[in-house]
Amino acid sequence: MTDRRGLEGPAPGERPAPAGKRNELGIRVDPEVEAARPPRRTVISALVEHEPGVLSDVSGLFSRRQFNIESLTVGPTEDEAHARMTIVVEEPDPGIEQAKKQLRKLIPVIAVRELEPDAMRRELALVKVNATRPDRVAAVAEMYGGKTVDASPETATIEITGSRQKIDAAIDSFSQFGIREISRTGTTAMARGTDDTAAEQTKAQPADQRHTVPADDD
Amino acid sequence: MSERATPVTPRTEADSSAAETERERERERNPEAAADVSTEPSSNTDASTKPVTTGAESVIRALETAGAEYVFGVQGGAIMPVYDALYDSEIRHVTMAHEQGASHAADAYGIVSGDPGVCFATSGPGATNLVTGIADADMDSDPMIALTGQVPTRMVGNDAFQETDTTGVTKPITKANTFSSDPDRVGDDVGEAFALAGAGRPGPTLVDLPKDVTLGDTSTEPGQPRTPDTYEVQEHADPETVRLAARRIEQSTKPVLLLGGGVIKGSATEAVRAFAVEHEIPVVTTMPGLGAFPEDHELAMEMAGMHGTGYANMAITHCDTLIGVGTRFDDRLTGGIEHFAPDAEVIHVDIDPAEISKNIHAEYPLVGDAETVIEQLADEVTESPRATKWRAQCQQWKSEYSMAYRTPEDEPVQPPFVVEALDEATSDRAIVTTGVGQHQMWACQYWTFTEPRTWVSSHGLGTMGYGLPAAVGARLAAEDDQEVVCFEGDGSFLMTIQELAVAVRENLNITVVVLNNEYIGMVRQWQDAFFEGRHAASEYNWCPEFDTLAEAFGAKGFRIDDYDEVADTVEAALAYDGPSVIDAHIDPRANVYPMVPSGGDNGRFALSEDQL
Repeated sequence: MTDRRGLEGPAPGERPAPAGKRNELGIRVDPEVEAARPPRRTVISALVEHEPGVLSDVSGLFSRRQFNIESLTVGPTEDEAHARMTIVVEEPDPGIEQAKKQLRKLIPVIAVRELEPDAMRRELALVKVNATRPDRVAAVAEMYGGKTVDASPETATIEITGSRQKIDAAIDSFSQFGIREISRTGTTAMARGTDDTAAEQTKAQPADQRHTVPADDD
Repeated sequence: MSERATPVTPRTEADSSAAETERERERERNPEAAADVSTEPSSNTDASTKPVTTGAESVIRALETAGAEYVFGVQGGAIMPVYDALYDSEIRHVTMAHEQGASHAADAYGIVSGDPGVCFATSGPGATNLVTGIADADMDSDPMIALTGQVPTRMVGNDAFQETDTTGVTKPITKANTFSSDPDRVGDDVGEAFALAGAGRPGPTLVDLPKDVTLGDTSTEPGQPRTPDTYEVQEHADPETVRLAARRIEQSTKPVLLLGGGVIKGSATEAVRAFAVEHEIPVVTTMPGLGAFPEDHELAMEMAGMHGTGYANMAITHCDTLIGVGTRFDDRLTGGIEHFAPDAEVIHVDIDPAEISKNIHAEYPLVGDAETVIEQLADEVTESPRATKWRAQCQQWKSEYSMAYRTPEDEPVQPPFVVEALDEATSDRAIVTTGVGQHQMWACQYWTFTEPRTWVSSHGLGTMGYGLPAAVGARLAAEDDQEVVCFEGDGSFLMTIQELAVAVRENLNITVVVLNNEYIGMVRQWQDAFFEGRHAASEYNWCPEFDTLAEAFGAKGFRIDDYDEVADTVEAALAYDGPSVIDAHIDPRANVYPMVPSGGDNGRFALSEDQL
């Protein structure tokens, strides 16, 4: 079936070609200098209706759209009709923007906000270690402000609260005793001072609804 | 003969205008209750005055309040109470042969009328049969509402007979879905789903109706359909960005307007046409955008993308300013994004902020309603782009890459010839529905679309078998004087052919044209191009004789084998008052060109197989 069937016109090689190019994110780039966009880790806070199914709405959205999610925590708020979700994502900038916008589209979601780098972020971990040297375990726990919440002849379980990095470091230190089990909550977070984390009044204009300077400023 | 079995009659122009005036009068009398007036002069006032007594009656009342005229569905155990309530309603039910048919018919009804189409199915297999149609509506942002029966609440989670987690299954493919658990709320759940389906960026919604909820007692009358408080739609774009976008348009020397399906859904056709004509900007459309701009106009470059015209793809590839309206820059349109409009700054108008810069970065993001934003732009653009040279270039491409095809007399019929014959024999407002495959592409390429809501197809999901059930829904949404032509392929037609029984029962005036090449031709075309011609499972020479089969259903069957049979057959099929099927045997070697291979460069479209 290789007989010439088709349409008339100049062949692909005979046509003029445009000068520009876009990168994999659909952004026009100077073909000479193609800057890669590294992913960054950030915290998104979402105020949602406190109703069944919202958690699966959100987790389903993230898996379906292949957003890289580090942790997701959810709990009640000062208003019993609402819950707050704290989601840690690691994506290049356009991915973070897309995650926020897709999240905002879910019907039970009231407000979405990406928190500033200085926001308070906390995580809780329970670490169960071998208690062959209880005094040393207690010393390490104290160093990280942890407290022992359970002890048996063979084990000690320590509760630690703090930033992710602090908990990572604590776990690292505890590993010398032999860690039996770990359970971590994932990050919960809040904006500082009078700044609202993500409230019903949050009406900040999304960054991408403003004009941006094009790559080649003509 | 019971009332159920009488065929539904399509809405006539007289009917609808009478209903319009009735509605207007009612609005003057009582603005609060305007939407309560049924859309047709009601002969049976009982239905609208009898108080609600059960959840099921509340469901039907909510649909009446929302102005639903038709429901497409299939009966079943868990949905029976709802059907029982529907029995007394003015809303007309169209029993389909399969629930997939119900979902596509509702989808098409929504596309043509602009109001959400409604479909019913029972629990379990009924609901899962709707899934394809719901996913289709979701991909194409079509307004549709699905109501599904469910096992009684106390049995949910027990793996009961015909139980499926319908809200779970349809979560990723609906704009919103709800498991209704209270007879007092169920009517408002349906009203909310109806409102959401049509609001902002349209889409399918679903309400799951457990049998104890629909059988349950309630006296609560559902209120007016309204979207939930958390749902916000931005109508106007940011004025400062509009101003900057207008400056960009004024400075442009190679502008292109790219019109997507959102232009039609947002009823922005008139505004966009006026804008394009006033500033003499060449217009390209996406596939769902067909009909947004008259293709016989000098500025029309027609459809772009994988099987778009050569000139449309040249215009997009070489423009310096791309004004995309209501398009999501789907991969079939863009090809490989590194080569998509690579010299263009992008002005992107969309009602859904999530579409902005999702696939193609927009320098000028304009979030808002298409019509509103185009009017904002029209107010702001004070001088037209200086694009005389560009327009001349576009005209040159139109002649260089003409869509003219050869029709050697000693060879089988070329499919474009059949498409053009139907186009010429019908009015400008004729509605075209299609399945998915080569036949769909030939319909896109060779039918001259001039009016919005006349192209009804499956774009994003690409659902084979969409055409016939869509023709049923489109027929009932259309005016009497609009012909409905359904193009199908042999493989595609076979997937939902049972709906022909429905078209016969309802005596629907539709003309089905099967472009029959005894292959699933699009697959065969790819096998020839990329799989060394190994025709694995694509040969369909086992298909039935569709003209004979049509007669078995009670429809009128025709067959075309040669060019000299085309004109007379088309005329006879269109003249037949009821469903007719033309089995058009076309050149089995015919392929769709131009073609941009997946992820390829739009500007390097192939005009024949040796260029792939």
